[in-house]
Amino acid sequence: MCKTDRFLWLLGTLALATLLTFAHAGLRAHGASPRLAASAGLVRDLGLTDLALFTEARYTRHLTQADLHTAFQDHPLAFEHFPSGTLHAPPPHLRLPHADLAATTEVPD
Amino acid sequence: MPIWLQRQKYLIDFTLSSLLRRRGKNAGLLLVYTLIVFVLASVMLFTHALRNEAVHVLANAPEIVLQRMVAGRHDLVPAAYLDRIGEIRGVQKKAGRLWGYFYDPAVRANYTLMVPATEPPASGDAVIGAGIARSRGLAVGDFVTWRGSDGQPRTLRVARLLDGDSELVSSDLVLVAEDFFRGFFGIPAGQYTDLALSVRNPREVRKIAEKLALLLPDTRPILREEILRTYDAIFAWRQGIVYVLLIGAVLAFVVFAWDKASGLSAEERREIGILKAVGWETGDVIRMKFWEGAIVSLTAFLLGHLAAYVHVFFADAALFEPVLKGWAVLYPHFQLTPTIDGLQLATLFFFTVFPYTVATIVPIWRAAITDPDTVMR
Repeated sequence: MCKTDRFLWLLGTLALATLLTFAHAGLRAHGASPRLAASAGLVRDLGLTDLALFTEARYTRHLTQADLHTAFQDHPLAFEHFPSGTLHAPPPHLRLPHADLAATTEVPD
Repeated sequence: MPIWLQRQKYLIDFTLSSLLRRRGKNAGLLLVYTLIVFVLASVMLFTHALRNEAVHVLANAPEIVLQRMVAGRHDLVPAAYLDRIGEIRGVQKKAGRLWGYFYDPAVRANYTLMVPATEPPASGDAVIGAGIARSRGLAVGDFVTWRGSDGQPRTLRVARLLDGDSELVSSDLVLVAEDFFRGFFGIPAGQYTDLALSVRNPREVRKIAEKLALLLPDTRPILREEILRTYDAIFAWRQGIVYVLLIGAVLAFVVFAWDKASGLSAEERREIGILKAVGWETGDVIRMKFWEGAIVSLTAFLLGHLAAYVHVFFADAALFEPVLKGWAVLYPHFQLTPTIDGLQLATLFFFTVFPYTVATIVPIWRAAITDPDTVMR
């Protein structure tokens, strides 16, 4: 067997293994459905709104239910001191290049 | 075998021999290339799986949660608000939710105490999440005592543990009876933490939220789509943060690969000159170099992706776990369900395989069109 054949066999095996990751993901997703269903059922029954990933403070435990300015929750100009807080994006309106006043003015400019 | 295929096979054979002649250098390039793909693919697979899990699990969250705001902070919602909401057409179900936080100094963690709307535990009993049971060493039948808002100790008996499969949403939950909750936090009857509403027609949710804001101006409606969008944004942001941290390494690799691919060594120039002198056409030389770029980049891509898949879904993303997952005292144990986003993988393929292959061709074309004698000198 020449070098090319050996290489093509190797590449083919790698490509096949890559395709198998898709199949494996599909199978595992099917197998995980009872686990996801258990979580989804609990969310429905208890009316839960957030994942229990960051339990260190109330505004990281329930990110979606927190005050609008969660980063400054403890006192004005307070630095965020939890890692999850530093990894959480600032609210979209703070990332706007200009203040969006269009919706708040009654008289057009 | 058609002549064209035969020709490509010989070219690949020659390319492989050429690569093996500079074994150490090319093995180093392949290793670094694979590592870069591995890191980028690991972050991509992990965040996509976590995002997918969050969206799937939270798809059953309340369609609208209504909070009352007083002086910019959450406040308890009077039960009378439920009657006023009854005037809004389209609201199918409405209920007050009772939940709050309790900081346990013993494990230095916050618990979420909650009263379930259906099948609440008996007074004095608690149903606890697996995270609490683990950190406090609690089992069914054990007793736990916490100090309430009035300073009085109150004892709960662990009646049941929540299903470990649902730990992602229930790790820190303590489900208690309504009278215990109100007594523990000193919340009078007729007051709720917030209200959960379900809407008959999903297309009316935004309209109903607008009506709620007009009818109850001191409230803030939070829609399910906002909840899902928040989690989508968190994980996208995290993925972005990790990519930003990695940008130095990626750029270093780009410079290295570009230099390797586009800068021809004297040895390579001589090789091209000899090939041209013995009768190779310019097209053949370019094809040979195309195969060189494709062999290295394709192998690195496939190896990197496979290693990333094993790392994320079989080794629980051990290398990036602290950055991607975050941390908490009561961090839930959960196994991610593997999902692969074909589009993301295709993007990664395009940005890793394509530039390197192109970068190998351009300088070769320049060298290959010059006179062999000049190149060899």
